[in-house]
Amino acid sequence: MRGDLTLRGAVRRIEGPLLYVRRSASVGLNEAVQIIDKDGHQRVGRIAALDEDKMVIEVLESTTGLGLDDTLIRLRAEPLVFAVGPGLMGRIFDSVGRPLDGGPPVPARRRMRIDGLAINPTARALPRDFIETTVSTIDLMNSLVRGQKLPLFSCGGLPHDRMATEIAQRARLRGGAAGEFAIVFVGIGVPHDTAEAFRSAMESSGALEHTVMFLNRADEPSTQRLLTPRYALTAAEYLAFDEGRHVLVIITDMTNYCEALREVSASHGEIPSRKGYPGYMYSDLATLYERAGCIKGLQGTVTQLPILTMPGDDIGHPIPDLTGYITEGQIVLGRDLDRKGVYPPVSVLPSLSRLMDNGTGEGYTHKDHPNLAHQLFAAYARATRVRVLASVMGMEGLSDTDKRYLRFGEMFEVDLVNQSGPRTLEESMEIGWRLLKVLPAVELSRLSDAQIERYIDEEATVA
Amino acid sequence: MSTAAIHWVGGPVLRADVEGQFHVHEAISVGAKALLGEVIQLDGEQLVAQVYEDTTGLKPGDPVTGTGLPLSVPLGPGLLGRILDGLLRPLADESVHFYAAGSVEQQAELLHFIPIAEKGDKLSAGDFFGRIQREGPALRCLTPPGISGKVVSIVSEGDYPESEIVCTLSDKDGQRYELSMGHIWPVRRPRPVQQRISPEAPMVTGQRILDTLFPVARGGRAALPGGFGTGKTVLQESLAKWCDADVIVYVGCGERGNEMAEVLDEFPGLEDPRTGRPLMERTVIIANTSNMPVAAREASIYTAITVAEYFRDMGLHVALMADSTSRWAEALREVSGRLGELPGESGYPAYLASRLAEFYERAARVRTLSGDEGSVTIIGAVSPPAGDFSEPVTSHTKRYVRSFWALDRARAQARFYPAIHPLVSYAEDVDTLARWWQIQGNPDWRDHRQRILTLLEQQEKLERMARIVGKDALPDEQQLTLMCAELMNEGFLYQSSFSPIDRYCSPERQSAMLRLLMHFIDRAGDALTAGARPESIGEVAVLRRLRRLGEELPEDSPDEFTRLWSAIDRELAELETGGQDDAR
Repeated sequence: MRGDLTLRGAVRRIEGPLLYVRRSASVGLNEAVQIIDKDGHQRVGRIAALDEDKMVIEVLESTTGLGLDDTLIRLRAEPLVFAVGPGLMGRIFDSVGRPLDGGPPVPARRRMRIDGLAINPTARALPRDFIETTVSTIDLMNSLVRGQKLPLFSCGGLPHDRMATEIAQRARLRGGAAGEFAIVFVGIGVPHDTAEAFRSAMESSGALEHTVMFLNRADEPSTQRLLTPRYALTAAEYLAFDEGRHVLVIITDMTNYCEALREVSASHGEIPSRKGYPGYMYSDLATLYERAGCIKGLQGTVTQLPILTMPGDDIGHPIPDLTGYITEGQIVLGRDLDRKGVYPPVSVLPSLSRLMDNGTGEGYTHKDHPNLAHQLFAAYARATRVRVLASVMGMEGLSDTDKRYLRFGEMFEVDLVNQSGPRTLEESMEIGWRLLKVLPAVELSRLSDAQIERYIDEEATVA
Repeated sequence: MSTAAIHWVGGPVLRADVEGQFHVHEAISVGAKALLGEVIQLDGEQLVAQVYEDTTGLKPGDPVTGTGLPLSVPLGPGLLGRILDGLLRPLADESVHFYAAGSVEQQAELLHFIPIAEKGDKLSAGDFFGRIQREGPALRCLTPPGISGKVVSIVSEGDYPESEIVCTLSDKDGQRYELSMGHIWPVRRPRPVQQRISPEAPMVTGQRILDTLFPVARGGRAALPGGFGTGKTVLQESLAKWCDADVIVYVGCGERGNEMAEVLDEFPGLEDPRTGRPLMERTVIIANTSNMPVAAREASIYTAITVAEYFRDMGLHVALMADSTSRWAEALREVSGRLGELPGESGYPAYLASRLAEFYERAARVRTLSGDEGSVTIIGAVSPPAGDFSEPVTSHTKRYVRSFWALDRARAQARFYPAIHPLVSYAEDVDTLARWWQIQGNPDWRDHRQRILTLLEQQEKLERMARIVGKDALPDEQQLTLMCAELMNEGFLYQSSFSPIDRYCSPERQSAMLRLLMHFIDRAGDALTAGARPESIGEVAVLRRLRRLGEELPEDSPDEFTRLWSAIDRELAELETGGQDDAR
């Protein structure tokens, strides 16, 4: 590594978060710099563009108080790195990986690039370990597996934080083989009370010493917001792939991240694509989400549970849209269910887990689990269609079968979606079988005869 | 060799001061790590280039070296069964956990070469001089296009590394050419053929809704647009597994790493239903996942089609699955933005449409230079933002494809797979392909297809009406139509790619299923005329089995077919007499 080089008085123009600096030393693209103002405060920046005699430095904090002549630029001659080590657990960090809990810096075992490296596709192991979250709509209908990235698509005012906290507290592998686990909580542009609520919830459940928190508060500069998840995922990768833990990363709220991306892109003068978001937002989000996974031959895993609030409750908005194209499914929360008092208010139909078929069924959960889930989906979809029909012309015009579907839909939301406490997968499945008895057996075309005989017919006669 | 020095770099784009002659689309090597790039603009003493790898650490003054060749990839018979990056470099094996910039060590794999040509034979471009002995598709060694001459020497049968010289030619001017089993070809130039011939047969996919309703011809082009979560990838993977092509080129362009892991995990264990060999033997996977460098995503589509054409030139039928072309278009957009080009619709460059056309036009059924028949069929997934098919990539793609398989969110949400919307999708080659079905022993294919589409169309109309007047108010025959349409959806169009019985459906089984369902519809119509109530038709026992027909009627089960056929006759005949009893 080259030694640090300091430039004084080289800044020629300051515009938004960008410094235009005269270049008198050899530097490379994306390398880190420190910007030191006249009072000796240090800020972090990186080199965004270069030519023969100029360079553009993106300041990752506010540029308030920087001057042209009295600003020092220290070139670090390496990309942004995060010093990680065994002391990470239980600590709280700010947006750029500095301790926020008043504790000492973490003794560094490794300095890892915060941008990470793409996992070699041939080295990826297929995620297969079912995680029981104790939420029926996830476990039974949209199962989560280790190494998956499954976002929560929420709307402002819905209890997504509560759900994430509960999942963080309760999620476990079946059969009790817990292994070493860790939780990385990333607050991006979060209000202070959200962060505090999460911290105290983890503390009361005794999980705080397994948790690393990264907090970027709502009032911090947007450029930093782009770095917070990168520092956090670097920590997660260290915990997973160096220390062999199973890491669950909870990120809230990705919408704030994307807003920051748009702001920074605009300040760079880039050509916007949809709704002013930069054209590379897909690729940029992918560099975060793709950092989840399992690697052959390594014990640890990174599972991501990002939360985003859909602007205007619109699932077609670029933020949820691009996220959905990268992540392995999504859990969508619905305002209508929330108003009905259903908790957790998971809209089952638009939700999806793409890796469900890898981690469920014979040898993973229960051999009848996939068919049951498919049948419930098909029936609930029909129930919603009937509901629309009934809302136009009333119950009278409905056939007997349709009326049964209507009842099924109601019971599905009240008995299965709604839950007051944790449920095991078996409990969820039992409710599922019970609900299907409402429907005539001829309608259950996703179930085999054996399944109908075993779960629907016999018990129906008993009842 | 021409050189240049970087004087500006931003993201994947760089500008450099030129010394010597560079050419547009020439491949270059950049910086100390020899990153691969491509010249995209020349302006006096300056060139603009895109770099296909992570540019972190590049700085002004770093050297750029020209290769003198357009961006080219090494083609060879050893590609089959491998996983490669967007520039056709083999990915490191699983002992390397992370993908890093720069090239990977090539492993020297030995191939068993058997000479076909003899000393003194005259070979022209595209002729075979040897074949490779291995399981799977018949692989041959091609005389590269543009080269011809007399065989001066050829090695005897044995194991050789792919890059070793196995044959030497000398043309009439005395120019000597040394040939290895493979050769290098520029990715942006279509490989020459003797002539394009018009398609005759479908590419059988084993998916009922495609083969029966919306077939794609061998050498045809299909687009598969759908919002996220509508099942594009699962369907692409099903096609890659079960379609009747000889070679599959699967390019994961800007998609998920775990999907590649899934393909690598599953394919070696699955068998080709026609040959019984592991599927991996006929597959080439090109992986440029969404977090790998963006510019290489742009190249990966061309790389893939070049590989497909190469195997086509061996006289093979090749299917190219591109997932997803939207990510490729976005890579075009990103690079275009960095070059400061004037943006067109949605920020895409104005040349998007012509690039799409160039790509899709490389699909064809051809007479190859060697005189054999080969084909490349393209199936391109499109990921329209918010599932809106009017956006530029989908609407331009629509202009160049002949089969359009629109994925529907409502169907996907009900887990009705494949979630292809039968009323929005279309196929243009139906007339041509009807002949093929006739030869296969199903002369009714076209009529049946038309009946299904009409039935589904009627269903949509009637459901709209039922919403106003109520289902009970519809006349009996319309209620029956709704029931039959529902049966067609559940019993025929629904096909689970995870069911061991139903994930693949041969054309024979499709024809048998259709005959059974049509028989039921006809007999139900008769029963209705004879006085049976639609509700009682809905309660016959055989109906449940017909609704699960994909599971109930396995491949090659004529007995089961007969049983179901007579069950339909019997149960509906009972209704007729029962109905008459009521009437009396």
